[in-house]
Amino acid sequence: MPLLEVSDLRTFFKTREGEVHAVDGVSFSVEEGKTLGIVGESGCGKSVTALSIMGLVQSPGRVVSGTAVFDGRELTTLSEGELEDVRGREIAMIFQDPMTSLNPTLTIGTQLTETLRRHLNMSREEAKKRAVELLEEVHIPDAARRLKDYPHRFSGGMRQRVMIAMALSCNPKLLIADEPTTALDVTVQAGVLDLLEELRLQHNMTMIIITHNMGVVAETADDILVMYAGQVVEQAPAVELFDRPEHPYTEALLGSLPDIERENVRNERLVSIPGRPPDLLVPPDGCRFAVRCKYAGIDDCDKIAPALREIRTGHWVRSTHPASERSAATVEAAR
Amino acid sequence: MSEVTPQAAQGTTGEPLLVVSNLKKYFPIKSGLLVDRTVDYVRAVDDVSFEIRQSQTLGLVGESGSGKSTTGYTVLQLLKPTDGSVRFDGVELTKLSRGEMRRMRREMQIVFQDPYASLNPRMTIGDVVGEPLVVHKIGDRTRRRRTVEELLEVVGFNPDFINRYPHEFSGGQRQRIGIARALALNPRLIVCDEPVSALDVSIQAQILNLLKDLQQAFGLAYLFIAHDLAVVREMSDFIAVMNRGKIVEQGPADQVYKSPRDEYTKALLAAVPVPDPRRMRERKAERRRHKHALTESV
Repeated sequence: MPLLEVSDLRTFFKTREGEVHAVDGVSFSVEEGKTLGIVGESGCGKSVTALSIMGLVQSPGRVVSGTAVFDGRELTTLSEGELEDVRGREIAMIFQDPMTSLNPTLTIGTQLTETLRRHLNMSREEAKKRAVELLEEVHIPDAARRLKDYPHRFSGGMRQRVMIAMALSCNPKLLIADEPTTALDVTVQAGVLDLLEELRLQHNMTMIIITHNMGVVAETADDILVMYAGQVVEQAPAVELFDRPEHPYTEALLGSLPDIERENVRNERLVSIPGRPPDLLVPPDGCRFAVRCKYAGIDDCDKIAPALREIRTGHWVRSTHPASERSAATVEAAR
Repeated sequence: MSEVTPQAAQGTTGEPLLVVSNLKKYFPIKSGLLVDRTVDYVRAVDDVSFEIRQSQTLGLVGESGSGKSTTGYTVLQLLKPTDGSVRFDGVELTKLSRGEMRRMRREMQIVFQDPYASLNPRMTIGDVVGEPLVVHKIGDRTRRRRTVEELLEVVGFNPDFINRYPHEFSGGQRQRIGIARALALNPRLIVCDEPVSALDVSIQAQILNLLKDLQQAFGLAYLFIAHDLAVVREMSDFIAVMNRGKIVEQGPADQVYKSPRDEYTKALLAAVPVPDPRRMRERKAERRRHKHALTESV
């Protein structure tokens, strides 16, 4: 049984112009001990998916339908009090910008011990001892002394380490990391990703890593979910996804990435995807990628929405024209 | 940088379009209760030298705080250099009067990172793109309008958008507007300061392709500043790697990326995740080997 199973999740946001379908029928599951990467561009619904699972969607947004079963329990029907016990203790989350998630007016020590005392009922002394251990675990030098420091005294990378220490403090079963390294320099990012890997193995933790960076998922994830315009468009084991992408969007996305290891790129052009994602106030009836897809137009894929289907074992795709099924005529027409 | 391309040789004086030598920009650190006393300097740009020829791109890479943007601003004299020389088309920019520098600015423009912050929300697209023409008193109203329409077309816009406002456009489209504005005065050098780092991947590719096309069409020289090493490789003939205000390594792009010599460059390159799980495993091992060259700030 998977540790987390999400089915048909829909989260809409009310605006003056109507309802934005930010997450529109997302389903996936994460097996215990595995890392799931969720990738997609801004506005595709990847962060809102995570917030919906955690019960953290705020007005004017609301989870319209769907279920999220975590460790045998349905999360969407829990009361706020019950959710608070789950959050932090069983599912922890870290965000992109550690400065906005840390309270600038409290020392790191206070913030760390607060969690320990709230969730684990530790005494002040016990909590302090554990806090030092946690900071040491995330490799913050001189941990005991640094408990007295305020967040602004830490560099970006160290702040993210503090956030990770906090997230780990109650030994959660699932860690959701939402763009954990996006605000960091690449050398610092490498350190934080190495740390997450180390801790994941040590604690046998399950992880969901949300990012726009294809390199980061390639480095961290066992399975990858590609999102586009509020939906899952492709899901596959990491190696399979990068070796044999099926969805025209995934293919184009990989083609549009400059590759640091490719030579003589100076006089080449990148594959670019024309246009931009659809307006989620009025999502298209057909395939949401159709207007930007070079294989669309010869049939009615822009009118009839394709379903997510398993094209190979463990490889799911939502497209009428996946790479391995494209006819010669379709490829010819796309030229 | 000894290779001379046929185009580069066309420069009016034979020397590269831009020659930067021993450029320094120090910011004083002040202290003191009543009277400010300079206690030390932040050496943001510390003895930096490079050159760029016509139709060529020098990619300036480095992490935040390495001094790469400050270098760009100092080259354009938007910040006054502490010391060193900046020669553009044979003219020493650091010795020019304000008026002379102003005339020189037509030849060198800048494209900024954040297309949301760099466009005045109260000006129409036409006003934004045409403003440099007004400032430099070029053409009359009708001529300017025609130029603006042409510029919009060059960057892939419908010229009918001339009366619209920036908020109606997405990030990628705004960046096109910023590029059209930079092109208005027919410059020879454009400093691109993180031009795609605020954009999504699919849009980023559109802008990078556009910059390449424009370079070919107009023979532009680019000083391309970015933190994304893959993007910089994609765009550059030559690469200069900055760390703590200094250029630690520079050379032809493929050479720097394939066989870096400096320890910091090696560590920086090894840290970049690549979109391929198999290659990633090798890179992780490589990363561990070069970790010692980095000191993470605490």
